[in-house]
Amino acid sequence: MKIHEYQAKELLKGYGVTVPRGHVAFSPDEAVKAAESLGGNIWVVKAQIHAGGRGKGGGVKLARSLAEVRQLSDDILGMQLVTHQTGPEGQLVRRVYIEEGADIAKEFYLGVVLDRDTSRIVFMASTEGGTEIEEVAEKTPEKILKEYVDPVVGLGDYQARNLAFGLGLKGKQVNKAVGFMKALYRAFVEKDCSLAEINPLILTGAGDVVALDAKMNFDSNALYRQKNVVEYRDLDEEDPKEIEASKFDLNYISLDGSIGCMVNGAGLAMATMDIIKHFGGEPANFLDVGGGATTEKVTAGFKIILEDPAVKAVFVNIFGGIMRCDVIANGVVAAARDLGLEIPVVVRLAGTNVELGKQILAESGLALIAADDMADGAKKAVAAAAAAK
Amino acid sequence: MAIWVDENTRLVVQGITGSTGSFHARQMIDYGTNVVAGCTPGKGGQVFDDKVPVFDTMTEVVKQTGANAAVVYVPPPFAADAILESMGAGIELIIAITEGIPVLDMLKVKAALQNSSCRLVGPNCPGVISPGLAKIGIMPGHIHKQGRVGVVSRSGTLTYEAVGQLTALDIGQSTCVGIGGDPINGTNFIDVLSAFEADEGTDAVIMIGEIGGTAEEQAAEWVKANMSKPVVGFVAGATAPPGRRMGHAGAIISGGKGTAADKFAAFEAAGIKCAMTPAELGSTLASVL
Repeated sequence: MKIHEYQAKELLKGYGVTVPRGHVAFSPDEAVKAAESLGGNIWVVKAQIHAGGRGKGGGVKLARSLAEVRQLSDDILGMQLVTHQTGPEGQLVRRVYIEEGADIAKEFYLGVVLDRDTSRIVFMASTEGGTEIEEVAEKTPEKILKEYVDPVVGLGDYQARNLAFGLGLKGKQVNKAVGFMKALYRAFVEKDCSLAEINPLILTGAGDVVALDAKMNFDSNALYRQKNVVEYRDLDEEDPKEIEASKFDLNYISLDGSIGCMVNGAGLAMATMDIIKHFGGEPANFLDVGGGATTEKVTAGFKIILEDPAVKAVFVNIFGGIMRCDVIANGVVAAARDLGLEIPVVVRLAGTNVELGKQILAESGLALIAADDMADGAKKAVAAAAAAK
Repeated sequence: MAIWVDENTRLVVQGITGSTGSFHARQMIDYGTNVVAGCTPGKGGQVFDDKVPVFDTMTEVVKQTGANAAVVYVPPPFAADAILESMGAGIELIIAITEGIPVLDMLKVKAALQNSSCRLVGPNCPGVISPGLAKIGIMPGHIHKQGRVGVVSRSGTLTYEAVGQLTALDIGQSTCVGIGGDPINGTNFIDVLSAFEADEGTDAVIMIGEIGGTAEEQAAEWVKANMSKPVVGFVAGATAPPGRRMGHAGAIISGGKGTAADKFAAFEAAGIKCAMTPAELGSTLASVL
């Protein structure tokens, strides 16, 4: 799960991480009030969307007067902000963050992620602040400093010092950086983060270490014990079809193609998308109905697929293990009756109760296209989608 | 012959009184697995289906029944603790089926595992089956056939797909291992490949990977350096968009790393014959026998 920058800063501040003062605003009026209450004569107006690259996309601007705060907020609120992470259609900006200006002496990168190879949390720091870390990793990997954290011991002071000295910090700056990183680590583990990125981390003219930006992602598996993190969820930032699917505990991801897919199991669902592409089609979605799906869940998944106007054909590919084929068949029949079947649906069933499943489909009187195996099903779905165009 | 799971397996089912645990305990018993105990704290003294004694603690299970393997069906908030309990009781093989364990819980489990001789398979996996001998997990037993091909995979149903194709071609399996779809797991591809390499009952291996992480690339290097038996491969997720978690917590392309293209290339470079589509897993394996 992702949250906004201002929410991440609020959360981090609670752990003692130094962040600039700021207020969120939903309108130009609120933005001006926020700037007034912050005081000073320079402010930053920052678009709040769940995607990186906001600055380059024109979503972060400097204001030198209250009139400019109003003007920039008015420009940014309501814009379709396009960044390298949003796709060409961009993301609608509904909130701006008004922050006090910062006196930047130096910019760094600081990131905390899970390292799968070592099964440890890794702190990464670099003097190349403000740049995409992937770019640094590719061009100058030696400029990324890393410290792997023992999950039992936690981040050692010496590890934080290694990073601070490695970044070229001196004297009191080092202690401030150590305090910053230890607070960040505490937030990371106590809030079940999957990623925390401070880019840039800055050293101010006064020698303070401050998070100028903050990005935090959270482990979806741990949200059950992170009630206040869940309160930060912004449904406006998510695909409505994906929100609908999540209500039924379905794993759904919207894609650009024309063939809807309904599959059980994540690996088979990905493989189904791959085989559709192999035979010349384009998948419209990833949908894993899961191992223990009920008729109700299958029906809900089928509806979500059919409501996508781009879908010209559907491929149902089920290998029943825990999931019984008769349950899938009943769900498909119920959804097709409910919604009316206006596009071709190819169904491939295998595994537990396959004969019963096939019988339910055959006796339904619906014009479903039966497939013998995965390749046969994919070919038929691709052909059906092509014929519909 | 097979690896890790066979007729000598004495299994305890952790979470046997829950709906998932009880359903699969019955399936495993029907398949012929020697289920010697169940463990659910607070339900000690019950007898499951008039056959299997249930205990409160794993220490008691081991003392009373001599169990040597455990399967975990415990819900996510309590699953890491259940794994640690089995480890503490001296169980040698723990297979964690549970999907959705918080990753920070697994980091601690993994750290504890490093100081133990216990093997953990999973979590978020279908389990391990040695067809005809024993099955531990949630896979449908009837699609398997006893034989000499090893299968290792990060996915559940895609493994069934591979097994179904093999069985249809009359090619049996020695052992099928699901290592699970989470970013942190107890057993990796290399652990399984080296066991298959050493197993006299295995002639060839199917390895099924998916996007995310670099486990496939590392496995490919290991195969190139150490494996004498033929390996056939496939990687799911060539069409997956970057930055999105594709159902499995571990199936995500991040920072341009972990793409299917990279993994296929690593497989090819290691002499692993790749199936062009997931529908050709069985026929590709048949071609190397």
